[in-house]
Amino acid sequence: MKIVVCVKQIPEGNSRIDPGTKRLDRGGEGALNAFDANAVEEALRLKDSTGEGEVVLLSLGPAKALDALRKALAMGADRAVLISDQAAAGSDLVATSYALAKALEREGADVVLFGQQAGDSDGAVLWAAVADRLRLPVVSQAAEITHADGKLTVKRQTEFGYDVIEAPLPAVVAVSDAINEPRYPSLKGIMGAKSKPQETVTLADLGVEADRAGEQGSRTEVSALNDPPARGDSKKIVDDDGNAAQAIFDFLAEKRLV
Amino acid sequence: MSSLVFLEHHGDELLKGSLGVLAKAATLGDGDVAGIVIGSGVRALADAAGTFGAAKVYVADDPQLEAPLPQPRVDVIAQLVRDKEIHTVLFGNSVLAADIAAGLAARLDAGINWDLVDLVQQDGKLVGKRPALQDSVYVDVGWTAEPRIALFRSGSFDPNEQGGSAEVEDVQVALEDFSTLARMVDQAHEESEGPSIEDAPVIVAGGRGLGGPENFTLVEELAKALGGAVGATRAVVDAGWYPYSTQVGQTGKTVAPKLYIACGISGAIQHKVGMQSSGVIVAINKDTNAPIFEFSDLGVVGDVDEVVPKLTELVKQRKSS
Amino acid sequence: MTKPADFPSPFRTAEYVAAPSDPPEERIDVGVLIVGAGPAGLACGIRLGQLLEDAPEVRERLGEVPVAILEKGKQAGSHLLSGAVVNPRSLRRLFKGRKRVDEMPFYGPVEHESVYFLTNKSALRIPAPPTMKNEGNYVASLSRLGRWLADQAEEAGAMLLPETAAEKLLVSDGRARGVRTGDKGRGRDGQPLGNFEPGSDLIAKVTVLAEGTQGHLTGVALDRFGLTGENPQVWALGVKEVWKVKRPLDRVIHTLGWPLRPGAKYREFGGSFIYPMGEDMLTLGMVVGLDYRDIELSVHDLLQELKAHPLLRKLLEGGERVAWGAKTIPEGGLLALPKQLHAPGLLIVGDGAGLVNVPALKGIHYAIESGRLAAEAAFASLQRGQTPATPGALAGYDETLRESFVWKDLQEVRNMRPAFGRGLILGGALAAAMTATKGRFPRRDLGLERDADVDLIRTDRAKSYPAPDGKLTFDKLSSVFASGNKTRDDQPNHIVLQREVPQDIALLWERMCPAQVYEATETGVDVTPSNCVQCGAITAKGGRLTPPEGGSGPEYTLT
Repeated sequence: MKIVVCVKQIPEGNSRIDPGTKRLDRGGEGALNAFDANAVEEALRLKDSTGEGEVVLLSLGPAKALDALRKALAMGADRAVLISDQAAAGSDLVATSYALAKALEREGADVVLFGQQAGDSDGAVLWAAVADRLRLPVVSQAAEITHADGKLTVKRQTEFGYDVIEAPLPAVVAVSDAINEPRYPSLKGIMGAKSKPQETVTLADLGVEADRAGEQGSRTEVSALNDPPARGDSKKIVDDDGNAAQAIFDFLAEKRLV
Repeated sequence: MSSLVFLEHHGDELLKGSLGVLAKAATLGDGDVAGIVIGSGVRALADAAGTFGAAKVYVADDPQLEAPLPQPRVDVIAQLVRDKEIHTVLFGNSVLAADIAAGLAARLDAGINWDLVDLVQQDGKLVGKRPALQDSVYVDVGWTAEPRIALFRSGSFDPNEQGGSAEVEDVQVALEDFSTLARMVDQAHEESEGPSIEDAPVIVAGGRGLGGPENFTLVEELAKALGGAVGATRAVVDAGWYPYSTQVGQTGKTVAPKLYIACGISGAIQHKVGMQSSGVIVAINKDTNAPIFEFSDLGVVGDVDEVVPKLTELVKQRKSS
Repeated sequence: MTKPADFPSPFRTAEYVAAPSDPPEERIDVGVLIVGAGPAGLACGIRLGQLLEDAPEVRERLGEVPVAILEKGKQAGSHLLSGAVVNPRSLRRLFKGRKRVDEMPFYGPVEHESVYFLTNKSALRIPAPPTMKNEGNYVASLSRLGRWLADQAEEAGAMLLPETAAEKLLVSDGRARGVRTGDKGRGRDGQPLGNFEPGSDLIAKVTVLAEGTQGHLTGVALDRFGLTGENPQVWALGVKEVWKVKRPLDRVIHTLGWPLRPGAKYREFGGSFIYPMGEDMLTLGMVVGLDYRDIELSVHDLLQELKAHPLLRKLLEGGERVAWGAKTIPEGGLLALPKQLHAPGLLIVGDGAGLVNVPALKGIHYAIESGRLAAEAAFASLQRGQTPATPGALAGYDETLRESFVWKDLQEVRNMRPAFGRGLILGGALAAAMTATKGRFPRRDLGLERDADVDLIRTDRAKSYPAPDGKLTFDKLSSVFASGNKTRDDQPNHIVLQREVPQDIALLWERMCPAQVYEATETGVDVTPSNCVQCGAITAKGGRLTPPEGGSGPEYTLT
């Protein structure tokens, strides 16, 4: 069974901004995204459960993205494929999903896994788009996956509780962070990661046309960056006369919260 | 040319999030606003949609659409967009809506902007506003072609029940072969008691400063009076005062209610990261140096046992008057 | 009043020494194992790489992984923090013929410098003491320099293993064999969690301990191999911030005096530094000896207080804080060095050894030189066909270190720090005499007193600490956040200390710790280990810091 995990590189322009300092935190670069670690872990478990198979990492990003893939290789993935191409710069979901779909076709995966990214991340809804292009069933928010007889049974977490959904292979699944606790790579794993096969491909290698890539292939744009709306001045009062409760109440009433 | 709002439902109710988006779409003045309801036996919902601002509601009613799965809905909406030359499709975020919106983007090669908190007309273009990088910047995003897909952060807008009725139109349902490969075997049927803490518009949370588990009743009373949920810090959950499902923070839930009242909570980072995006934060703590006072909108240095019950009374009085 | 030494840590060296126990198919062999990717460890790795380039036979002997460097932080630099003004001498030597100083990540040469004596309102310019002249030196962020050195080390062939803590020293037949790495995935009470991953035995022909201040295995090794010198080590705690500023700073500034109190009874030795970092940033820090007596002293809060001084207000106006961190500095100098810095199969380098020149505020170039010399000693031993674990095989390291400029410098200033234990005025006079005589005065070396043995007093010092305003001054918790600390909060407690201590001790720890790890309670002290930025102050004052799970702790980038 071939399981391909789509790993999102934390891109340079989108690093974590420390809310305390409001500074770009470059420390995250090259690190494996936490949600992707869940996906890699699930892939490894699926492989372990079938007793055979291959776990392949797929990522789209600059050459440095290989660093992020290294940790996933250290966890036990078998090889990594990096789509690295200048022409891919500025790709939005439309363009990215297209490139990934081409790469996934080339791999011929049985299961494609994504980590369910945080809402504000670039990859936040990528899997459904990729699945549509591949014409494969997709299930998201997977909190549990079992595999038997050529199909996956997925427990999907929704706002209303858990659904149980079945999908025949090949299928695309986005896993939630509730699905597992990613393993720590063993020291042997970390040391062996470097020598695992790591392939870099260009968009041309994948047959992605120039007008389907990068800004040309995108349909959205970012036009401005602004400061967030001000929190407003904070007030601090002392309850020395038992009137604090009233003060709070008035405050809430003023803000129409009661 | 018109815009289309996906109206999600659960059971026999349209979801508030979708109705909020409908209300927003109606204000954009960008052509007609239509809604679409998709499912099995959902006619009645279409009628209901009319009272929330939809001039027209499309109905895709088919047994194959009974289960809340995304891919058949992509088929239906994509077809409609092509047939009716729809220029903008809008969604209120949910597990289902996100999958539909993204699948639709691929199907139509249409630009999608998500996690939007607002949408405006600016210099003749449609511009979305969204927070990014953990709410530290606000970004203006746009589309370079049509159709456009917009996915709004849940709870961004309030529904506008203005009465009225909509013209209802049935749509043909033709599904792709791969869209029905995923099958619902067992649909979620647990109804949670009261608002789940993540969706609660108001959260009253308790920390170590409460003094003991028995004092959580103060928190519960206030939460109930405000129609909100109870939250807890890691410290008290670890101490067994309150269940893990209510834990707010780095190893608990991240919440962003309209109102967060922190009782006896110091505001340690582990907790802060779980609630710092709340609309209004009120903190009550005995310790004047508690860090929570740095990021609360109103800080009260005082005794939780004194302040909270009084506040609860005031809220109850207001509610009953 | 009590003192911290009355409540010693229950730490037992024996618990951190073990014989290799992994079965042969699980054990991991490397050639030279370096513990710590700081300037000393990385210099060692780089030098080894250079030497091995031209010595394929020695390279063969070292196996598949000739040089491995362990780092407990998320990446090289994550746990590195210093001022810093670096003397480029050692870097020039290390990279001779390969890299020039202008290719190294410095923020520029020191162009001007000033020393001030502060009162709470004024700043009196005083001449820079001769030991503190920084001409020819460069301003650096040690964290950034560390990342660069790590790249060089990898290019030179070393394998960097981040997020890996060295928990135990592997010893058999009286020889150091390597280290056992720490477990990952344990819960609060030490119980294995779902993703528990046990550590591994890493066996090496030579183990180099480059763990920096309060090195965990360094302390273990000194004890196990009986290397502890006559005098105890003493430390200072430094807390610093990096600020983005509107106007560039054109000089390196050091201050003495306020907010520290000069009287001998307080024993507040230290000062502040303010260094420019390019055109738009600067760093400022407060350093105070941990032999201070007042339980209300908080170095973090002194730093916040300092920022209200007119001199600093002007510099910081319109700016914003972008980083914060804390770390201890070994201050004992030559007098506190271990008897020797090698043991069978083992070498000790850098701050872990205590190679810091306190009056000059320099340690980085000594760390680099010591790392380089350690590499040469290890290489020489291997080239001779020796087994480095043979007793005496690595003695060359101590020999060359004693012949180096490192030793010469430390020798000259060896009595300065102890002099300041006598208060600023007397200490200053003694120091001046030492400088004038190049260390020949005094004839008999002064002694050092253990930080934890100092008698405590209590004043109302805390009254004047500023309330944090989130713009100029900050509380400890949001500062820990600014350090990038993302430690899992259900990790086991890595700080070994007695919990039931009198209020005074608890309050001492509460104030001392820059990361608010300790909280005085009715019965003693509460510990929040996930806040810990691993500065090491607790080890100086009655507790014992051990490395937490690899990868946790701060993620410094600009410190």
